[in-house]
Amino acid sequence: MASGIKDKVAILGMGCSKFGERWDTSADDLMVEAYIEALDDAGIEPNQLDAAWFSHHIDDIGAGKGGTPMSIALRLPNISVTRVENYCASGSEALRGAVYAVAAGAADIAIALGMEKLKDTGYGGLPATNYGTFGPQIGPSGSAPGNFAQLASAYRAKHGVSAEDMKRAIAHVSVKSHANGAKNPKAHLQKEVTEEQVLNAPMIAEPLGLFDCCGVSDGAAAAIVTTPEIAKSLGKDNLISVKALQLSVSNGLESHHNTWDGSYFHTVRIAAKKAYAEAGITKPREEISMMEVHDCFSVTELVTMEDLFISEEGQAVKDVMDGFYDADGPIPCQIDGGLKCFGHPIGASGLRMIYEMYLQLQGRADKRQLKNPSIGLTHNLGGQPANNVCSVAIIGSL
Amino acid sequence: MSEVGISSIVGYIPKLRLLRKSVAESNAWLAPNLMGKGKGTRSMAGWDEDSVTMSVEAARRLLGPEDDRSHVDSVFLASTTMPFADRLNSGIVRAALTLEESTQCTDISSTLKCGTTALINAIASVQSGKSNYSLVLSSDKRKSRVGSAQELDFGDASAAIGINNKDIIAKVLSTSSVSVDFVDHFRAPNEEFDYNWEERWIRDEGYLKIIPKLINNLLKENDINPSEIKKFILPCIFPRVPQTISKICGIDPENVVDNLALNVGDSGSAHPLLMLTHVLENAEPNEKILVCSFGGGGDAILLETTKLISKFKNDESISALLDNGVEETNYMKYLTFNDLVKWEKGMRGEIDRKTALTTLYRHNDAIIGLVGGKCSKTGTIQFPASRISVSPNSPDIDTQEPYKLAEKKANILSWSADYLSFSVNPPNYYGIVSFEEGGRIMMDFTDVGEGEIESGKDVKMVFRIKAIDEARGFTRYFWKAVPI
Repeated sequence: MASGIKDKVAILGMGCSKFGERWDTSADDLMVEAYIEALDDAGIEPNQLDAAWFSHHIDDIGAGKGGTPMSIALRLPNISVTRVENYCASGSEALRGAVYAVAAGAADIAIALGMEKLKDTGYGGLPATNYGTFGPQIGPSGSAPGNFAQLASAYRAKHGVSAEDMKRAIAHVSVKSHANGAKNPKAHLQKEVTEEQVLNAPMIAEPLGLFDCCGVSDGAAAAIVTTPEIAKSLGKDNLISVKALQLSVSNGLESHHNTWDGSYFHTVRIAAKKAYAEAGITKPREEISMMEVHDCFSVTELVTMEDLFISEEGQAVKDVMDGFYDADGPIPCQIDGGLKCFGHPIGASGLRMIYEMYLQLQGRADKRQLKNPSIGLTHNLGGQPANNVCSVAIIGSL
Repeated sequence: MSEVGISSIVGYIPKLRLLRKSVAESNAWLAPNLMGKGKGTRSMAGWDEDSVTMSVEAARRLLGPEDDRSHVDSVFLASTTMPFADRLNSGIVRAALTLEESTQCTDISSTLKCGTTALINAIASVQSGKSNYSLVLSSDKRKSRVGSAQELDFGDASAAIGINNKDIIAKVLSTSSVSVDFVDHFRAPNEEFDYNWEERWIRDEGYLKIIPKLINNLLKENDINPSEIKKFILPCIFPRVPQTISKICGIDPENVVDNLALNVGDSGSAHPLLMLTHVLENAEPNEKILVCSFGGGGDAILLETTKLISKFKNDESISALLDNGVEETNYMKYLTFNDLVKWEKGMRGEIDRKTALTTLYRHNDAIIGLVGGKCSKTGTIQFPASRISVSPNSPDIDTQEPYKLAEKKANILSWSADYLSFSVNPPNYYGIVSFEEGGRIMMDFTDVGEGEIESGKDVKMVFRIKAIDEARGFTRYFWKAVPI
């Protein structure tokens, strides 16, 4: 196996815009908001940037195609800007590009910035789009909640969980994230909700109600990365380094072959194993301090707890109900509110997850600050359960 | 020349039956004269059904689940409501049924008697030796104005008949046609609805003059006494007209066949064939059956059942279809399904449904025929086929052989009922369907009742409208799963 990325790259600075319905803010200005904070945090000037990666998923209602939107909005010094798109995992993909460039020595300092401007759609939820010319001729004209909701039916069938127990467990996932989001001034949704509210919310896609679905938000997030040596030379201490960056992509097995049972994410298990190996983690349930996972829907978070090998298979419902992932539990999950409440501007989300882990590791998370975290995991997933892109990243104190 | 006749026949009636009372009561303020028609039900096709899909469904029931359908030499598809004015509709049906490309496919349209005309053409094809087996399909899904009598009189259905030179359950004694430019109603191109003339004139100058003459000539030519006719089939929405005609012709009025008006309604071109299906499912050997139709003149077909009729049985008989209908009391649902009201489709309904015709052709077997691939090395079945097999740990290249999935057993792996995405019939049910022998598809479900769907439940495949591209007038078809 390759030697991996562990401790070869440090985070020099990060920024994240306020997420939400940013009616008065353009796609360009969302980028500027995250960029200024990241530059300031890194303590560098724009001309110190060698290369940039820009993650942006839906270009027709956002900033457009290519690398130019980022370069123009930020008036970058004519450096390379590579636009990446990998469904909802695009933000992690941008980070991977910047980190690998630094590790390879191709850049001393690189920036990854993700942005999505979703609230120019005209309606709630994600915009309906076509995927190629063949897919729409056979695939359902469905929605993200309809695709992810199917996890619940398959998980229930496999593990013998009643519809009521499943509904209550995923409700707890959302109640927990709302409680966390209420402490985050940058979060899209900052109100706590009760289990009763979640259970009685309007149905979106069975069994997912309104509160089982994440916020659809405008926002941007950015990370500036460099080598630990350069970071130190710039006067930084308390360095946070990248321990693992892994990506696994479906090859059609789940959607075309009957071996997959529909109740879990095949790619997450692969990416998680590789990430733990890269980071040198052997007992994730004991070694991981905190997590930001891709809770696009409450049921996604629930099954992901097993796919990341934190909960035993078939035990996620119990762990969730026991509060294992609550803010005061052994492994707090979505301490910033998650996609559920911080919001989900697609291209920015992977970087937003890293942002919270970075703040927590540096002890800068204010009311949300956890006690002495050392290892943070982010899980960023794009596509749908049967056909997806999964990123698992691990960062920690150097 | 060997005997030619019907070797099999089957009907298809959509699941939903619209309660006429709910229609009549909704429109009573507008059309109080129609309250008297508010009895029974009419069949109501799903939004995703049309004359092509209903024909495919009837044909599948006729042909059975066998992969080999190479015995079908010709297809005659009849309908006054073809989805395409210029695209071979019977060609879509052929592709959906995975019949050979060499199958002669013909569309027959423009008059309500086109169903029997298709039957006559198929008979001629087999009699001439051009075909050994000809498939006759007829289907109609006619639109009617809100508050019209047609709305209550019409129904949606299809029928399929196999015309053969062996294994005959009803042999053809003779056929006859007349062409008369008697315009009882018409529908111009691009018009949604019929324009109708006065009923009394249609009855007295049309039915009562054209049809008796047609019958008398046919019987006389074949030297058959009218009293020999044991079943007389004539679709007609006017009450007692077939009985009057039977009396004029000397046929026992008791032998007039029930026109299924009470439960189904008049299914247009398909109706004489649907009534014939019902008759043959209950017939005895050596019965003479006279099938007539009216429209731009008339057709008459004289049949006689053989000994094999006593063994003839359809799993889904007309009687079973009548019994298994689901009553629909929501008139607004009927109006919405048929696009008869301007309804709120939401912004999600605005997505561009332009079909890349190049893609459709490249994947025609997969999209229209539901043909996947089977790896010749590992036996792995998949949909769609691909150059590199999906077999885990065995990505064999160019090993795929065509594998038909439409008639294979399948069940539900995962599902959801989606209230967010656009659907003409919310919630939008879809999920992953796994075929027992291998292969799976994320696909739409249709004809789903509340609580009828769960992981592990068996499903069957049906050929349906996938989407309608209203901007360009193109109907996109694919297969959907129905819980059974």
